[in-house]
Amino acid sequence: MAIWIAIPILGTLLILQTVVASQVTLIHGTTDLIMIAVIAWSLQKRVQTAWQWGIIGGFMVGIVSALSFVVPLISYLIVVLLANRLRQRVWHVPIFAMFVTTFLGTLISHAIAVISLRFLGTALPLQEVVFLITLPSLILNLLLAAPAYFLFADLAKWVYPEELRV
Amino acid sequence: MNTTPVRPVQTIILALFVIGLIALALGGYLTPLSRLVLNPVVSAQTWLSVRFQALQNAIAAPQDLARLRQRNSEMEVEVSRMQTEIIVLKQQISETRVLSALVDFARVQPENRYLAATVIGRDPSPFLEYVIINRGSDDGLRRGMPVVTQQGLVGRIAAVTADAARVQLITDPASNINVKLEPSRAQAVIRGEVSGEISLAMIPQSAPVEIGDLILTSGLGGNYPTNILIGQITGVRRRETDLFQNASVQPVVDFNQLEIVLIITNFRPIDISPFVPTPSAP
Repeated sequence: MAIWIAIPILGTLLILQTVVASQVTLIHGTTDLIMIAVIAWSLQKRVQTAWQWGIIGGFMVGIVSALSFVVPLISYLIVVLLANRLRQRVWHVPIFAMFVTTFLGTLISHAIAVISLRFLGTALPLQEVVFLITLPSLILNLLLAAPAYFLFADLAKWVYPEELRV
Repeated sequence: MNTTPVRPVQTIILALFVIGLIALALGGYLTPLSRLVLNPVVSAQTWLSVRFQALQNAIAAPQDLARLRQRNSEMEVEVSRMQTEIIVLKQQISETRVLSALVDFARVQPENRYLAATVIGRDPSPFLEYVIINRGSDDGLRRGMPVVTQQGLVGRIAAVTADAARVQLITDPASNINVKLEPSRAQAVIRGEVSGEISLAMIPQSAPVEIGDLILTSGLGGNYPTNILIGQITGVRRRETDLFQNASVQPVVDFNQLEIVLIITNFRPIDISPFVPTPSAP
């Protein structure tokens, strides 16, 4: 079930991303709702389907975006790996792990996108990318990180109910 | 026998009295008298009427209040329904205006066949300038078809599915379009930028370029039809040491407000890649 609910949740977020979030820009940066959802889900204590969510999210974005198919897939898998590592190390302050993963995840996914575009023949000016897109996107993603974490915490409690000890 | 002659006299006296009273009343001589009589009556009547009205209101108020509340909620529902209708109608008017402008544009370019499509989304990546439209291969769309609005060039179709297509805007950093300037007819290239703007590059040093010159597609390269308006030059950068001049451009299309676009369906892009020399070619 935890895998199957990823499809409607990430699908809805993808629609929101293409219709709303991509038009709500800060300078030229936009938030990445799918990445935030994957991070928030991966950081939940009892969640065991983080990799599957990363693959489904990457697959969905890969279909819609003009970026090379593997770019979002690799980005989200790295983000899941990061989230898993941080969950194990700073498990007692999960919201801190959420902020750190969002910060690093945004930088990594943007770096992968810029590198892949360069390989495909579109060299983007690094300074403009950082100041016009990456930093504003980082701010937007960090703004959404905390509410997303608590929303997905509730979802995780519903999907993985705690066992009562008798 | 004795009483019969008295009656006419009494009647006449009574009639004369009545006529006299009427005459006095018509002449206004009875007004003070009537005021004297009527004022206390009217005062008493008012006093009683006010009390009675208050009593009646007190008895009937709960019923009225309930009815008024019901009516009020009905009116609120009606108002919100009408507000929704107004919003829908305004949207329809706006769409009709856009469609009307597009039809006018299509009429003045009879050599092209157009298909209208609605913009339904944008690329999720902030590095790319693509939009998604609600027409696809089922509607006859093919990769490479140019996309325009009544103002000018929007881009071209980059990918197609059965029901949707992805359009690469001319502001995309990977977009390069061969253009010509009017009136000088100099050839140049329009490039998209990461900031979502476009700039003009590769203008020959000898070309006379002025602010306000128009930029149109040249048709070179076979990717776009000729003479589609793109924008206007807003500034020229010319240095003697450079091979080419550059210019900043104001596009005629507002890419943040794209709602409905036209696809030129009878244009087939020409693939000139076999003629482009590669390092490995003999």
